[in-house]
Amino acid sequence: MSDTSKIEIRALRKSFGSNEVLKNINLDVAKGGVVALIGPSGSGKSTLLRCINLLVTPDGGSVRVGDTRFSFGEGTKLPDVKTLAKFRTTTGMVFQHFNLFPHMTTLQNVMEGPVTVRRMARADAEKLARAQLAKVGLAEKADQYPATLSGGQKQRVAIARALAMEPDVMLFDEVTSALDPELVGEVLNVMQQLASEGMTMVIVTHEIAFAREVADRLIFMRDGVVVEEGPARQVIDNPQAAATRAFLSHFHRTGALPPANAES
Amino acid sequence: MYQWDFGILWSYRWLFLNGLGVTVGFTVVIVVLGLVFGLFGAFGTLSRFRAVRLLALTFIEAFRCTPILVQLIWFYYALPILAGVEMTPITASALALSLYGGSFYSEIIRGGIISIDRGQSEAGAALGMTPGQSMRRIVLPQAIKRMIPALMNQSIIQFKNTSLVSVLAVPDLVYQSQVAAHDSYRPLETYTAVAIAYAAILIPLTIMVRRGEKRLAVGE
Repeated sequence: MSDTSKIEIRALRKSFGSNEVLKNINLDVAKGGVVALIGPSGSGKSTLLRCINLLVTPDGGSVRVGDTRFSFGEGTKLPDVKTLAKFRTTTGMVFQHFNLFPHMTTLQNVMEGPVTVRRMARADAEKLARAQLAKVGLAEKADQYPATLSGGQKQRVAIARALAMEPDVMLFDEVTSALDPELVGEVLNVMQQLASEGMTMVIVTHEIAFAREVADRLIFMRDGVVVEEGPARQVIDNPQAAATRAFLSHFHRTGALPPANAES
Repeated sequence: MYQWDFGILWSYRWLFLNGLGVTVGFTVVIVVLGLVFGLFGAFGTLSRFRAVRLLALTFIEAFRCTPILVQLIWFYYALPILAGVEMTPITASALALSLYGGSFYSEIIRGGIISIDRGQSEAGAALGMTPGQSMRRIVLPQAIKRMIPALMNQSIIQFKNTSLVSVLAVPDLVYQSQVAAHDSYRPLETYTAVAIAYAAILIPLTIMVRRGEKRLAVGE
């Protein structure tokens, strides 16, 4: 296997009951690479993403992020909770429904990982958290509770919260799907900036224009298999498989990113 | 026509106060112990291990589905024979009432925990928290808010349930008033006064709970 790949997935299988959601998936993400996972709902793309940080435990195959590899299937022991927790500190995840902690202020949300998991001193964690909030343009919202923020702001806080763990990899699970259309741009802008800084990213998305612009590789999934994979622009502009063509025909594939709100 | 005479109760005031003290003290003990049992019951039913879940469920259903009066009598008369340990009426009734209350607290605590969106503990896990850390830092602080009204409600029921310990001759308010009623031949006045005493303590408490509920609802 190439030494440069940050994420390596081999022969990954997952079933929920009798429903086989992932069938023999292989995936490599280079260090600093940005991979977009697209496909119709039920294609298994979110499950695949959740297998990368083992929020979903695969039935078979292997998952490697950085130097840590886990194998699954007959005869392998499931990793214990401590090992899993340590592994997940290296991957940041952003969810469709934000999942911010409603009982904490924005600042406390971002500090929570560094303080509780990394055992950082509160003063250092606060400095780090404020820097992350500034990075997503929300420095002045530090003392507000999530309930008072717009969807786009919530999602940017969620990104800051994940970044505060200083992960090697960021996973995005349909992060703009729950947003009002006019709020999508501000979140995509933050992600684009992150990509340009060299963060390794895996993005499950329906924003085809964004994927074309920001991702360097694109994977189209359907019914638990990878149907087509290649450089993002090439696959979007010139899909080879009939299923990919049919899926992409529902989208505007080019054009500028949705504009970010002036300042929110 | 019956001639009411509450004045006669005045000479029993120390007896009543004594009984009231026992009732309140007993309530504090069985609420605290009950919450401890409730925590064990709740986390037991949420355990990853089947054996632990079964044990917790057995405890909850055994105490939830039998009458407290029967439990009190059973703990005092039957358990010592089965287990070979002598228990004072106070120990037996404290144990029975705590376990009885604990079975209901378990369900309240469990319900509060599972009412928190799965996404919350997932977000904790994604940050690298262990299940214990995400329970302590993320889930419980939110769940406790939702549990408080129901826990208060159950505690009020516990307060009233202490009246049953008089069957084991624990000198609580009801027991002492039985003494007073027999002595004075004035049971009607005595039990009216006792009912008023319970209500006088509980009505302010229920008002507090209702206020608390409203405040929590605003915080949501």
